[in-house]
Amino acid sequence: MALVQEQEIAGDGCVSETILELKEATIKFGGLTAVNKVSFVLNRGDLFGLIGPNGAGKTTCFNLITGVYRPTSGDIEFKGKVINGFAPNKIATLGICRTFQNIRLFGALSARENVMVGANLRSKTVMPSSFWLLPPVIRETDEMRAKAEHLLEVVGLKEDMSTRSADLSYGEQRRLEIARAMATDPELILLDEPAAGMNPLEKETLQKVVRRIRDEFSMTVLLIEHDMRFVMGLCERIVVLDHGEEIAQGPPESIRSNPKVIEAYLGEAATH
Amino acid sequence: MIGEWTPLIAGLEFSILPQQLANGILLGSIYALIALGYTMVYGVLRLINFAHGEVFMLGAYTALLVSWKLGFTQENVAQHPDINGSILTLVLLLFCSMAVCGIVGVVIELLAYRPMRNQPRIAALITAIGVSLFLQYSGQLFLPNSPPPSINQKVNPIQGATNIPLRKASAETLNNVSTTTAAYEAAKAAFDAQLPNEESRFQLSPTGQALKETMDEANRARTDAEATANSERVEIILPNGQIVMFFSAIALMVGLHFLVNHTKIGRGMRAASHDFDTASLMGINVNRIVTFTFFIGSALAGAGAMMNATFLGTPLTTFYGVVPGVKAFVAAVLGGIGNIRGALLGGLLMGLAEALVAWAGYANMRDAIAFLILIFVLLFKPGGLLGSAAVEKV
Repeated sequence: MALVQEQEIAGDGCVSETILELKEATIKFGGLTAVNKVSFVLNRGDLFGLIGPNGAGKTTCFNLITGVYRPTSGDIEFKGKVINGFAPNKIATLGICRTFQNIRLFGALSARENVMVGANLRSKTVMPSSFWLLPPVIRETDEMRAKAEHLLEVVGLKEDMSTRSADLSYGEQRRLEIARAMATDPELILLDEPAAGMNPLEKETLQKVVRRIRDEFSMTVLLIEHDMRFVMGLCERIVVLDHGEEIAQGPPESIRSNPKVIEAYLGEAATH
Repeated sequence: MIGEWTPLIAGLEFSILPQQLANGILLGSIYALIALGYTMVYGVLRLINFAHGEVFMLGAYTALLVSWKLGFTQENVAQHPDINGSILTLVLLLFCSMAVCGIVGVVIELLAYRPMRNQPRIAALITAIGVSLFLQYSGQLFLPNSPPPSINQKVNPIQGATNIPLRKASAETLNNVSTTTAAYEAAKAAFDAQLPNEESRFQLSPTGQALKETMDEANRARTDAEATANSERVEIILPNGQIVMFFSAIALMVGLHFLVNHTKIGRGMRAASHDFDTASLMGINVNRIVTFTFFIGSALAGAGAMMNATFLGTPLTTFYGVVPGVKAFVAAVLGGIGNIRGALLGGLLMGLAEALVAWAGYANMRDAIAFLILIFVLLFKPGGLLGSAAVEKV
């Protein structure tokens, strides 16, 4: 409870509002329970970390939230509305967007076009009118282009905006994925191992970018990451999963000293 | 080496080669239009839409039925010889064919392919073949089929042909033609003058006989000179209707290029074609993209069908789309299936290949060449000319 109150004060003064809630979300693949009764609450403006050893069900959680999988039981509520089994594009429209652990950019498209694909979602022109070169369509395209360029600047890819995304370096592709997700104007952005394969300097820049996403773009951030220093230095609250089950939840300090977490990561022997 | 090949080359008439190449390009533009449908659908769904040829057939029938509604039936045209089509008629036919084909394509996708979306790819492929056969045979129930009707040529107001001279006969030959012609005229005049003195054309006096032989000799010289002139002169004669057809096809392809590369929906198509699932996670309604892809691809086939049926006047059967469909499919594979520019290139190359085969004197092989090309592409460049060989992810 103390934690919640702290957040209310830390926020912009108003009572913090629940944006995403997992209620005993469970998914089974045949005999395997990949995610078992996981519950956590994200408040608007949170910088929330989701950690756990390999195979703990973190990415599966993301897939549940973004509609790739439908939970076998339990509910996922976004802004107070159950979104179980919604089509992925519907969920994106509601305001959740994500990046991917294994980068999934549209390789043949330029960096800017990738971001513009994301921006398509909030486009107001209806499909038939996009055939024609009507002034509103041109204006909107210009706006989308400007938005894409701004977002590329935020993630530090302004110089590479005309490069084919497949030709970008690994770290650049990760940042481009973030820009593309941001272009859909989500209220909640899910980052799946955004720092994977980055050097320490890049990770530091990325931390700044993630903070900026929250502070400047007022998006709620949920991120999966293996790099403890990165997560601990960035997130305000953390959920730890192991074998599909939630084993700990709380601020970084409490997680760091939680024996269950240490056990999950280092094996049982370490706790003795 | 050259010597060995001489007998092969000797039979070829090089002066008609440019004409054949031009025919090939005109034909190729239609193949390209159809190939675009295959390639777009494959690009988005990784599905070979074998029913595409039948969409083409339905487009041609739409043009036929609309032209009948407009009064261009054989009987009506026979009764009213002054009935003539206008550009507006053509535009109307084109519009109807494109609209009907677009809708048919969308309906096929909705009813036949969408339920198969998450099934193994082979299921969708077999479904496609099934749809193709279904349309071919069920079409016979309700489409005029026997005797094969064709669109009345009166619909087409663009008559005449354009003559593009490439090389004139040499001055010497032309000179020779005029001299020999003059000589023949003179000999003929002399013979004609002698005729009244003769008993009949067939019983000539020695004088008349001599004059006749001179005349025949002059005639032979004149014919030879003209033959030489003909073989030296190179020109291309193109029916104006087919020229219009070619440029309309090019215009449609340019329009498609713009649509795919510079519009919102085009960006969505390219994204979906690259990664279906991610596109959907980025908020793209992939079902709408698929519907749209089928609509555009099928409408292009409809345009090709209308132009083919109207300007070439071929009789229609429900199997009208089979051969062009297969050739366009090969064209799409040749250019690199999934690649829009590849479809254009492949279409033109297919047209040219066919024209060259016909030119070489193997006109019967026109249809076989498509499969020959397909085999060679699959053997040596499976990704096609502009495509990249896709490595299956495992």
